[in-house]
Amino acid sequence: MSETGRTQITDAKKRYSAGVLQYRQMGYWMPDYQPRDTDILCLFRITPQDGVDPEEAAAAVAGESSTATWTVVWTDRLTACDSYRAKAYRVEPVPHQPGQYFAWVAYDLILFEEGSIANMTASLIGNVFSFKPLKAARLEDIRIPVAYVKTFKGPPTGLVVERERLDKFGRPLLGATTKPKLGLSGRNYGRVIYEGLKGGLDFMKDDENINSQPFMHWRDRFLYVMDGVNKAQAVTGEIKGSYLNITAGTMEAMYERAEFARDLGSVVVMVDLVVGWTAIQSMAEWCRRNDMLMHMHRAGHGTYTRQKNHGVSFRVIAKWLRLAGCDHLHAGTAVGKLEGDPLTVQGYYHICRDSHTRTDLSRGLFFDMDWADTRKVMPVASGGIHAGQMHQLLHLFGDDVILQFGGGTIGHPQGIQAGAVANRVALESMVKARNEGRDIVNEGPAILRQAARHCGPLQAALETWGEISFNYQSTDSSDFAPTPSAAV
Amino acid sequence: MMSNPTGRLTQGQFSFLPDLSDAEIGLQIDHGLRQGHAWSVEYTDDPHPRNTYWEMFGMPMFDLRDAAGVMLELQACRQAFPNHYIRLLAFDATRGVESIAMCFIVNRPAREPGFMLERQELQGRSLRYTTRGYAVQRPEGRRYGD
Repeated sequence: MSETGRTQITDAKKRYSAGVLQYRQMGYWMPDYQPRDTDILCLFRITPQDGVDPEEAAAAVAGESSTATWTVVWTDRLTACDSYRAKAYRVEPVPHQPGQYFAWVAYDLILFEEGSIANMTASLIGNVFSFKPLKAARLEDIRIPVAYVKTFKGPPTGLVVERERLDKFGRPLLGATTKPKLGLSGRNYGRVIYEGLKGGLDFMKDDENINSQPFMHWRDRFLYVMDGVNKAQAVTGEIKGSYLNITAGTMEAMYERAEFARDLGSVVVMVDLVVGWTAIQSMAEWCRRNDMLMHMHRAGHGTYTRQKNHGVSFRVIAKWLRLAGCDHLHAGTAVGKLEGDPLTVQGYYHICRDSHTRTDLSRGLFFDMDWADTRKVMPVASGGIHAGQMHQLLHLFGDDVILQFGGGTIGHPQGIQAGAVANRVALESMVKARNEGRDIVNEGPAILRQAARHCGPLQAALETWGEISFNYQSTDSSDFAPTPSAAV
Repeated sequence: MMSNPTGRLTQGQFSFLPDLSDAEIGLQIDHGLRQGHAWSVEYTDDPHPRNTYWEMFGMPMFDLRDAAGVMLELQACRQAFPNHYIRLLAFDATRGVESIAMCFIVNRPAREPGFMLERQELQGRSLRYTTRGYAVQRPEGRRYGD
């Protein structure tokens, strides 16, 4: 291609004559562009079709996620179109991944409606992901400027106020998902809640697909669960909660369920990610009005976050969810049964809890981002973790996390209460040891064995699960880190 | 005695462990001081889960950087209120936190009577729950037999 075809056509008459131009020629590739502090910056990983130049592909992404259509339109000239065009300003090959490129794109603030994740996503991950000149595209990271951050209310409660409300400080919180997921009657379900909370857990949890099925209508569940919660609160003297899943077919039904949960005294309600951005923001508003924690289960995220070459990284979803407003967010375990490379997962935790996120390529964080004092989200580690991993979990995630041991509580050989005791004793022992200055990463197993000497349930838990680990290669790790998947 | 597996009130960071010795309490205080927190001593004979404001045994010790000094305050509180609940709290003044960073119980009454759950039947199957401490039926200062 001639050098003139590679850059923006500045002669307006040529630029706007009818026909089809390269996106670069239309002004979507500006290698000299200096991003402004108020721009939204996106990093896409793109895989151009064979024969498509990476800069043209990057320009096409910028074009299709902002003002462009496939042909020149004269009506552009009625507008200040230079500012509405997104600008691809940098393209680099992805290390170790032939055919893939990182493309940085800047968007002017005027392109987005204040306080609307739906609007932001309709642009950034709208048409562009089906665009034919790309084999695949993934939104890897996003820098949302302070000016836009301040238009969102963020978490209804935030992790600092949550701790004050629950009167729980200086240690991770403990939870468990009620199992089996499906089939328990309301009465049987409430039994699991009571046993787990009385045994020492802070929270129990509905599963993502527990809504209102024939075996357990939602009102039955809420009534029995709250009986368990209140009774456990009385026998321990400690605030307890159970995430009541209010996900339903309509907003009206969700509000009805939320109000019933509030009237029964629940401190928390739960929403599944699949309800969509607008529903999430609406429920966050409701939670703010009703002093309620909002637990977010990221059900369905794997359909677009897991594959490295296409979709949206979970770090971007986490940023959107923090702005949209949730108090708890499932963000991975690193050591459990579900997907997640430890550094990448730590990157998600940063996004949930940072005041100011710093660039950290090994954790997949490509931008500095000031959260402008947006309240912090409590990350949730759930899925295939057990008491024997307590030292690893505390080391990886620190205090501000909810550790959820579902199978690791309910599957305990001596019963649910014993399972809860094992987890709580393991947790408190590890926090105590860490505060005393001990090296919990290396001494962890010994600390647990020592604690088990005065705690039969922990002894039994270590004997049952002590050796269980899920050492599979991660499908989603940073290409800048020396991880197995990068060393192809 | 309370019927949960510990037999006692489970508030705070370490209620599921054997009582911390004074030496162990000192190590926790040191940890808080290393993080730049200020320690405070509070006591109560009404440990209702929603009783946020226990009595302050003096002000938070913002300028005290020595665990031994905090231990002296704790000893004085234990002497004055041997049969009350006493907890240590560490305050973190960092912007974006500005709350409590650590909190654990360091003194308990000999017998912990716990709480009763009152259920008020409402319309349909709905219930309204009230948690009431057995000991608070008695006047302040005489709730645990002293």
